[in-house]
Amino acid sequence: MPSLNLAWVIAGLIVVGLTTYVILAGADFGGGVWDFLARGPRKAEQRQAIAKAMGPVWEANHVWLIFVLVLMFTAFPPAFAAMSTALAIPLSLAAVGIVLRGANFVFRAHAASVAGAARIFGVMFGAASLITPFMLGLCVGALGSGNIRVENSKIVSSYYTPWLAPFPILTGLLAVALCSFLAAVYLTLETSGELQEDFRRRAVISGIATAVIATIALPFTIEGAPVLWQQLIWGRATALVIGTVVLGLVAMMMSYLRHYSIARIATIAEVACIVGGWALAQAPYMIVPDITVTGAAAPDSALGPQLIALAIGLVFLLPSLGFLLYVFKGQNPAAEISGEE
Amino acid sequence: MSDLLAARAQMGTSLAFHIIFAALGIGLPLLLCISEGMYLRTKKPEYLALAKKWAKATAILFAVGAVSGTVLSFELGLLWPGFMQYAGSIVGMPFSLEGYAFFIEAIFLGLYLYGRSRLSPLVHWLTTIPIAVSGMLSGIFVVAVNGWMNSPTGFKVVDGKVTDIDPIAALFNPSWFQQAVHSTLSAYIATGFAVAAVYAIGMLRGRKDDYHCKALAMGLIIGCIAAPLQLLSGHASAVWVSENQPAKLAAMESHFETQTCAPLTIGGIPNTEKGTVDYAIQIPCGLSLLVGFNPNTKVTGLNDIAPELRPKTSIVHPAFDIMVGSGMFMILVSLGAAFTAWRTRRVPDKKWQLWTVALTGPLGFIAIEAGWTVTEVGRQPWVVYGFVKTSDAVTTAPGVAIFFALFTFMYISMAVIVVWLLRRLAKSTSKPDKESGYAVA
Repeated sequence: MPSLNLAWVIAGLIVVGLTTYVILAGADFGGGVWDFLARGPRKAEQRQAIAKAMGPVWEANHVWLIFVLVLMFTAFPPAFAAMSTALAIPLSLAAVGIVLRGANFVFRAHAASVAGAARIFGVMFGAASLITPFMLGLCVGALGSGNIRVENSKIVSSYYTPWLAPFPILTGLLAVALCSFLAAVYLTLETSGELQEDFRRRAVISGIATAVIATIALPFTIEGAPVLWQQLIWGRATALVIGTVVLGLVAMMMSYLRHYSIARIATIAEVACIVGGWALAQAPYMIVPDITVTGAAAPDSALGPQLIALAIGLVFLLPSLGFLLYVFKGQNPAAEISGEE
Repeated sequence: MSDLLAARAQMGTSLAFHIIFAALGIGLPLLLCISEGMYLRTKKPEYLALAKKWAKATAILFAVGAVSGTVLSFELGLLWPGFMQYAGSIVGMPFSLEGYAFFIEAIFLGLYLYGRSRLSPLVHWLTTIPIAVSGMLSGIFVVAVNGWMNSPTGFKVVDGKVTDIDPIAALFNPSWFQQAVHSTLSAYIATGFAVAAVYAIGMLRGRKDDYHCKALAMGLIIGCIAAPLQLLSGHASAVWVSENQPAKLAAMESHFETQTCAPLTIGGIPNTEKGTVDYAIQIPCGLSLLVGFNPNTKVTGLNDIAPELRPKTSIVHPAFDIMVGSGMFMILVSLGAAFTAWRTRRVPDKKWQLWTVALTGPLGFIAIEAGWTVTEVGRQPWVVYGFVKTSDAVTTAPGVAIFFALFTFMYISMAVIVVWLLRRLAKSTSKPDKESGYAVA
């Protein structure tokens, strides 16, 4: 019987979890960015639409990150330990962002009648929404850079320079732009009238911003992440790079032409291409060049039961998640954005 | 401040903060389930008004619990990479199960909080059941990890390397059951009495209406059922500790000399240098009787434990006394309340009774914090009992003390804001809600 490589199966699930996290929670962070940047005559309505879209789902969306973290430390403990140590500073800042974003979002909703406090909570919520995607994007860039060096489970490279470099900073900015793009595209489907036009404009602008940052990042990949560069430009991830470009353009054009449902599908597919392309380009490394998937994997005796537990959990999770998204995102909620409350 | 101390301080602060919200995240959904269910059955508007009010509080508390819990999953790696590298694949299973339970809780809480107008009343009530069940399960699963740290099983160490990993055996570690029962009960006790206290204070201020009586009753019922059970669970825990972690038991009891007919030491100030306890009450043979049902049971003292393996009894002993003292007071209150309810067929509403209930409000949480201190500080210097020392698990990364300061500042600020919001919620006198006729905003 051909043996299934359990480590790769779990690595694949981590990529799926990460993709889902970006598609769902990324848009919540992007919503925060648009809250922060809310302007024009419908400033308050924009914020209200964002809060309404996020309210029921952001906490569940956020759990995908925990899913990824738990799979990481269960299946690849040395990789998790090395990442947490080498990237301690940006990861701690990402955690700060998670706390400030989530707490202030809820605080603002429950302090709505105290204008001054609500304004402060709102600014904190918006500003914090920039921190987490930036820091997590930065970490992803650093993992692929080849500048984090691990010997005998000890970090032998600097705790600063691998992430304080142009390439990781650009991947961080790319993450913020992508989250904003996702949020704007989704929000066109949850609003109507002039508000919808506001988010349509924002979708196009953030789509262009994403493309520009990606274009700037590309040459920096040559020096900043040579292993990735090879696979991205002419290797196993090339098809997904092309897919990303095409889908990004489609998503932007469709938003511009007001075919919002198509735009949403294209955006989701674009995210899948980006995360998948990055994962393919970086494989077999979890941390280039010292930690690989098979090298860091826990023994099969640990991975097997873990996979079974995952499968059992999904039986409960997926229908529940489907129900949540059906109730709040299934019917077009645009009609009731004004009116209720 | 050394990095080890800063890391311990940060983990301790994060857990001390999170544990309050985690306990409420277990207890409040049960109250929501009961209250919504009672409304469906009786159509009495008080139940709906209470559920709506509690739902708002739950929304705030759950969000803060969720983000502070996420920080903890980061901190496992950020502060203790040595622990995670050693233990990650062994105890990943309960963490994953906890993740799922939390996922389900978040999903159904979203449905419950935002779904009142989109779901039928019955389906809307039904959403509270998975919230309550998965809230309880997530606590039970995460305690499995702590149980494993106290009684590591499911692996072998050969030449300093971990092999033969059996995650199922690790999940069902010997300490899990008694720890899970103890912590789950503590969450219900703390939430039940906290809620009861809020409405007891309201009644003391003259608001002795149906709304307050029903809320007091629901809080008290949960507390009064769970508190006496905790006595049994606590006893089982102490016996388990005496058999498996003699150093922890000795620290809990400030017990220095190994002896039969060991006394039970209550209160006092442990003097670790002289090996005595000053100003304590000692019950002769009490400890031997409690852990072995026999005055001749030999109980190991701290003096027979290598100095570097002794937990700090100056912390563990008072924490243990605070936990037991708070617990005993709550058990007395619950028995008294149950007796009154049985005799008078109504909630206790005499002034002194309400004052006593009001006093129990913070006690459940004080007991949780103290009990958690006992089990954690009592396990030191080990992070994985008998296998990995805390000092070997700490990170080598810089900036631990700075992030400790930053997180502490954030937690204090959040605590202040949460208290402010909850007080506003409690006092709100906004216009009455359409459905229930009560102010719920």
